[in-house]
Amino acid sequence: MNTEVGISLRDAIPFIPELVIICTGLIAMMLDLVVRKKGPVAAFVVFGTLVAGYAMCKLNGFNEPQSAFLNMFILDGYAGFFKLIFFINLILTVCISYRYMIIEKSSYGEYYSLLTFATAGMMVMASATDLITLYLGLELMALSTYILAGLMRNDRRSNEAALKYFFLGAFSSAFLLYGISLTYGMTGTTNLNEISATIQNLNIAGNPILFLGLIFIMTAFAFKIALAPFHMWAPDVYEGAPTSVTAFMSVGPKAAGFAVLGRVLFEAFGSMQVQWTNILIPLALLTMAVGSIVALSQTNIKRMLAYSSVAHASYMLLGVIAGTPAGLVSTINYLLIYTFMNIGAFAIVILLRSEGFQGQDLDDYRGLAKSNPLAAALMLVFMFSLTGIPPTAGFIGKFYVFMELINADKTYLAVIAVAFSAISAFFYLRVVMYMYMKDSDEPRTISCSPSMNVALAVTALMVIVLGIYPEPVLNYVKTVVFG
Amino acid sequence: MIKYTLIPLLPLIAFVINILFGRNYIRDKAHWVAIPAIVGSLLLAISAFFDVAGGNVININVYDWIVSGDFNVSAGLMIDQLTAIMLLVVTICGTLIFIYSVGYMHGDEGYYRFFAYLCLFIFSMLVLVMGNNFLVMYFGWEAVGLCSYFLIGFWFNKKSAGDAGKKAFIVNRFGDFGFGLGVILIFLTFGTLDFVGVFGQAGSFAGQTINFLGWEVDLVTLICLLLFCGAVGKSAQLPLHVWLPDAMEGPTPVSALIHAATMVTAGVFMVARCNPLFIESPIAMNTVAIVGGVTAIFAATIALVQNDIKRVIAYSTVSQLGYMFLALGVGAFSAGVFHLYTHAFFKALLFLASGSVIHALHNEQDMRNMGGLKKYMPITYAVFIIGTLSITGIFPFAGFFSKDEILWRAFLAGDMGKFLWLLGTIAALLTSFYSWRLIFMTFHGDFRGTSEQEHHLHESPKVITVPLMILAVGAVAAGWVGIPPLFMEHGDKIGEFLAPVLGHPSGHGTHAQEWFVVGISSLVAVLGGIVAYVMYVKKTDIAGKIASAFKPVHALLYNKYYVDELYDTTLIQPVMKASDKVILGFIDKTIIEGIVNGIPNVIGVFSRKLRTIQTGVFGSYGLAMTVGALCIIGYLFFQR
Repeated sequence: MNTEVGISLRDAIPFIPELVIICTGLIAMMLDLVVRKKGPVAAFVVFGTLVAGYAMCKLNGFNEPQSAFLNMFILDGYAGFFKLIFFINLILTVCISYRYMIIEKSSYGEYYSLLTFATAGMMVMASATDLITLYLGLELMALSTYILAGLMRNDRRSNEAALKYFFLGAFSSAFLLYGISLTYGMTGTTNLNEISATIQNLNIAGNPILFLGLIFIMTAFAFKIALAPFHMWAPDVYEGAPTSVTAFMSVGPKAAGFAVLGRVLFEAFGSMQVQWTNILIPLALLTMAVGSIVALSQTNIKRMLAYSSVAHASYMLLGVIAGTPAGLVSTINYLLIYTFMNIGAFAIVILLRSEGFQGQDLDDYRGLAKSNPLAAALMLVFMFSLTGIPPTAGFIGKFYVFMELINADKTYLAVIAVAFSAISAFFYLRVVMYMYMKDSDEPRTISCSPSMNVALAVTALMVIVLGIYPEPVLNYVKTVVFG
Repeated sequence: MIKYTLIPLLPLIAFVINILFGRNYIRDKAHWVAIPAIVGSLLLAISAFFDVAGGNVININVYDWIVSGDFNVSAGLMIDQLTAIMLLVVTICGTLIFIYSVGYMHGDEGYYRFFAYLCLFIFSMLVLVMGNNFLVMYFGWEAVGLCSYFLIGFWFNKKSAGDAGKKAFIVNRFGDFGFGLGVILIFLTFGTLDFVGVFGQAGSFAGQTINFLGWEVDLVTLICLLLFCGAVGKSAQLPLHVWLPDAMEGPTPVSALIHAATMVTAGVFMVARCNPLFIESPIAMNTVAIVGGVTAIFAATIALVQNDIKRVIAYSTVSQLGYMFLALGVGAFSAGVFHLYTHAFFKALLFLASGSVIHALHNEQDMRNMGGLKKYMPITYAVFIIGTLSITGIFPFAGFFSKDEILWRAFLAGDMGKFLWLLGTIAALLTSFYSWRLIFMTFHGDFRGTSEQEHHLHESPKVITVPLMILAVGAVAAGWVGIPPLFMEHGDKIGEFLAPVLGHPSGHGTHAQEWFVVGISSLVAVLGGIVAYVMYVKKTDIAGKIASAFKPVHALLYNKYYVDELYDTTLIQPVMKASDKVILGFIDKTIIEGIVNGIPNVIGVFSRKLRTIQTGVFGSYGLAMTVGALCIIGYLFFQR
């Protein structure tokens, strides 16, 4: 062993974005004790996130990967792009939550701190090149989101959601740890690159114990991404949690799950691609079926969007299944697009929530086009995008994923996925139909706020721009992720 | 060259600003956003025109929309001679109509919305004419349809306006379906959607056949006919003309801009753009010519007896569009585009002038309640006369040159051409009659409205009359760029300008023949006016007598040949009944409610079964996870 190996302060440099985010969370917590209103706390979190984003771009990890902490952590283009998604997710969530948390009478300062801690966890996950750091990040993210889900202390469903999420999350963590230990037992290391090298050196790609370890690890990731049959927590938790937290959870942990899934499968278990593809295909098909079909019978918008997010996870998974770098690029591209359209849709759900009015039922959307034409038009854009109708971004996302599948000679999967997208059109367009074709004489107030307007403008704009002019972002993903 | 991307972008920016901030901040200052944007587009369009006139054809790919293997679609702009003309028509008419709208829409509660939609329309129309491939054109094509829907139903509280908007949208679906199929077939055939690529290969595919629904049909003919379906819908030709007269429910500036000068001519533009394809298919060309000729005369006969001032002009538009298609069909593409260009001026003028009348009479549109307005509204009267002289084709007004070119080209195009020429000439007679009838009923005689209305009669403000006067100049002089060689050597500037894109028309005739065509068309133009003068000014009782003497004919024309009723009984009612039964009765009641309420059927049961797994008890969730993991492990050992 080389005695000079150790951790120095230099290792902290690629870690600066995480440090900034964690400090932001800590300071926000203290700030909360000093100021009464939560506005400054929220603003500070946004500011801290922007600083972290700036720091990350300054570190230039996109061009020169920098590893640290004995190769347990890396800042490269892949991690960097995921972190951008997390930052966008965090800022948009803060923007849509401020007013909403007041209406829910749950405007606690620690809400914003927990959002940042969860984000820090996701960032560590995206950068993890060792199963131990990966687990560390995953738990930081998970523990924060458990609390976030139960933030409405006086709401029974919120409490129930948190508890369920916690127990099942713990269950999935056990899977992960078991998988890690089996992998360690077979390869003698937890470092992703070394795992890959050992598998090749010892020629144990066909070893059943190692495969068992991989299955357990994938099970835990499938839980985070909410793939059927490990998705069952999602509808209950999404419905019970505060809507802004649902928006946050439906994007962040999912993206983080894909980040680790992509890295672990491609970097550590690249030589076992045939095996894991064979596992992922049935999972993707089952997820697609469950997400699309059960969403048909939902009348609660939040629950419908929960199943929709399950279905979308399966489309993203298709890019991984394609098994090529281009396929992974299409998945990441999809994730970015999904971030905007999904948060946008949840923002409209939040917009309808006002004092004494839940605004979560499909019936609450009756005649929205008459009473609030702009809100209805935005929801129409988001629903079209979630369906995948051009020229919205959702179309571009699906198009490239399906195209990569076809390029990878898995045309039958693309055909099935298109069929399920067609089924999903039914429940998205039903919302549009309620808004534009049904009348309602109930007066409706919507809870606008400046930050909400910004979030809606940004999400809608991105959904349209990424649909009409997707080239730069797509090329950026390509160059950033694979040089 | 990239600056020309601003031509469509400026109106788009104006739209975004108005729609976002109009309601709360901009309100009645919306024109301060819209007018600078369109003037900017106009200036750039003029610059582009001179660029093109200097011999530069601009063709740039702005960016690639989708790149994936063989499937490659880019968003690109092309400005050639044809586009340059269209750009000028759209931006000049647009600018004048925007200014006019400031006066016309003043005080409307949807003022900002109106300008927002107009800007979106101009953007879409510019994209339509500037695209360098079929997909961009298709995007613009659908977008103008959407804007038209918004603007027809602009006063959505009025039920008839909402219905008219829907009608326009739905009728256009029929045409656009064909157009979409045509575009797909083009991609399958040529492997590209780029105009340059497609038209370059057009010749090599002539004569190929394809199996379509079991028939062997000529490939290029099929493509052309499918494309022409779109044109028939968009340009309101038989049998899809029914939406345009109803579209007059929209505000008058909309009628002038969208339903006279620009959008409805998109079909003409598209066929002219695709002329290398159409030339390869005589069947398609004949179809275009016959549909155009028949529509020209069909719509003109309806216009004879209508009493709504805007509907008369609407049918006149349908008829004039028929003229343009007639020209395209006989291979005189530049004549068709020339008529498109002059028509934009005089028809926009007629619409806006009628808007001035309607405005003065507080939304009265029935000509039976007008009369004698010339002394109250001298400027409107004067420009109306100019517009009428132009549309009826009196020398040297703009309409004379373009209409004459069409009739002459038709006359030269063989036996069928002679027949088409006859149709065109009869239509010209009818046009003259109904146009002068409109003038006499509106401006001459005694005022027939209420005394209340008479009390308020006044000339419209400057913001309305100035655009009218500018358009009147256009209605006089716009045709002077296409003077036939008969009068002046090298006078046909526009034909020469367009020749690189549209080619030279074939066929030659003697001077005597040409004088004959000119003479006949001028004669019928004057004749129609004289008959109208006699019937509506001199002996006002004749009109009523003729109407009652030919009662069935009058009723047939007055009810627009009962086409609406025909569609209602043969198409709409059965479809409604079927959709009531199938969609409401079966899909809605059985499938959809089945899903929600769990009435047994395949998806419903499945959905419900899956739903019941979702018990909410997390023990069972944990079980599901375990079973899932076990299944995968089982698969692992099964695999070995």
